[in-house]
Amino acid sequence: MKNFAYVRASSVKEAVQQGSNPGALFIAGGTNLVDRMKVFLDEPAQLIDITRLEMTQIEQTGAGLRIGALVSNTAVADHPDVRRNYPMLSRAILLGASQQIRNVATVGGNLLQRTRCPYYYDNAFACNKRVPGSGCAALTGINRIHALFGASDQCIAVHPSDMCVPLAALDAIVEVEGPQGKRQIPFTEFHRLPGDTPQRDSNLEPGELITAVVLPPASFAKSSVYLKLRDRASYAFALVSVAAAVEMAGNQIKTARLAMGGMAHKPWRFVEAETFLSGKSATAETFQQAAKIALQGAKPLAHNSFKVELAQRAIRRALAVSAKGGGVA
Amino acid sequence: MHPPEDGKKHRSRRNFLGQALTAAGTAIAAPSLLQQTTAAQAEKPAITPKPGEMSVTLNINGKQQALAIEPRVTLLDALRERLGLTGSKKGCDHGQCGACTVLVDGQRVYSCLALAVMQEGRQIVTVEGLAKGDILHPVQTAFIENDGFQCGYCTPGQICASVALLDEVKRGCVSAITPDLSTPPQLATLSEAEIKERLSGNLCRCSAYNGIVAAVQQATGQAPPSPAAAMLVREPEEIPV
Repeated sequence: MKNFAYVRASSVKEAVQQGSNPGALFIAGGTNLVDRMKVFLDEPAQLIDITRLEMTQIEQTGAGLRIGALVSNTAVADHPDVRRNYPMLSRAILLGASQQIRNVATVGGNLLQRTRCPYYYDNAFACNKRVPGSGCAALTGINRIHALFGASDQCIAVHPSDMCVPLAALDAIVEVEGPQGKRQIPFTEFHRLPGDTPQRDSNLEPGELITAVVLPPASFAKSSVYLKLRDRASYAFALVSVAAAVEMAGNQIKTARLAMGGMAHKPWRFVEAETFLSGKSATAETFQQAAKIALQGAKPLAHNSFKVELAQRAIRRALAVSAKGGGVA
Repeated sequence: MHPPEDGKKHRSRRNFLGQALTAAGTAIAAPSLLQQTTAAQAEKPAITPKPGEMSVTLNINGKQQALAIEPRVTLLDALRERLGLTGSKKGCDHGQCGACTVLVDGQRVYSCLALAVMQEGRQIVTVEGLAKGDILHPVQTAFIENDGFQCGYCTPGQICASVALLDEVKRGCVSAITPDLSTPPQLATLSEAEIKERLSGNLCRCSAYNGIVAAVQQATGQAPPSPAAAMLVREPEEIPV
């Protein structure tokens, strides 16, 4: 790891001022950043420690449940309101990483973790995300874990977060503060598709600091599930994951939400499938059709076509469990 | 690693294991020796930081430790290389194996992914700080009695993680496989599956897992623990769709 200057911010204002310094990066849990610094993927000139800032509360506001950016993953997953009203968010967090990481990883940091594409991590290979313009070794490499949607000819990486998948399904809001002041970003617009600038994962501007994530009230979210499929039973990134919520009115679907991880450079919402599900009976046939609609635009690569079938089966299962009230999928 | 500065004999892991296996349950002197060592170090005046270094004071196993370190030094390296606390092990050094697990403010963390300068004001407990004098922590005793180790390299991390696990269950924390999020499991009925899921952040390449699970079962007060906790394969329930 290259050495750096270290400062501890004592206020959000001070952090934002320092955050605009050349080569400065914020650090909170550091579970992804320190790891990247060890392999020289990041070489910040200055780290701004934000862990002592007052962004550690979960509170009910008029806009919904407001979760401070420094709340740990553990604290979110174990919060009574989250367990009760947004169970898929609890489950997604608990299915991510390990307890040791969840204890220090923060909500804000989770949004900013970077892809686990092996070609990004290994500087023996070309990677446009690591060195813009150098090429993409994954395109012609082993692209088993890579994107089915929204990729470009410069980057086929997927976003690794579990937590962000239900946040996309829940229409969460990201609150940020930066040199130009405060603003709110709808969750589904927070992350970017790779396009010609795969080095940028999010629409945060330089110096902007995430201060909170807000979960709007959502009655449908009480019966929701998060299904994660991976190569081993625990402590691994998803091959595909599904955040599904189904609110029933009798045997008819009132509202449905469907988002997936392991699909794209950002958590992927399937709005067309959600619209199809609305008003339908909760039957195996309905779920099969919804899964087909969801995956119809998939563009598989040389090694990840198995994900098309896997994703459809995962969607069917997640919707079925959700329509029955949720639980472990 | 720096040699011990005070000339006192440091206990080796081999020495520890030898005594543990031949005299399980009897007093083990390692923690008190280490406490003497750390107390001696704490009495020394703080070292003047060199260019690029910072002065920090860390609270480790109840003792204030003054250090001059570069900001890039991880908590794990500070413990092992600067303070002679070699219980926490460097395995993968990338937060994947759990051998470096310590407790920070009562919560288990990977010390290889934590920067030491960020830990000022926090209470750090390493495996060396778990015993009270000559009395082993119940989890340490349970690991010895259930043979929760083979080579022993992962053991300090496994023990720290297990100590935290018990506390998490007491506090009502759920896991990814807890069937009902509103009904957290209790220690007395904590299942093998829950123990395995909750310890999945610690790897053991010798596969001493069965002894580790049995040790945790004993530490939860479950009696008798399974002699060798069965390998459990979870088959997902068939859901008609």
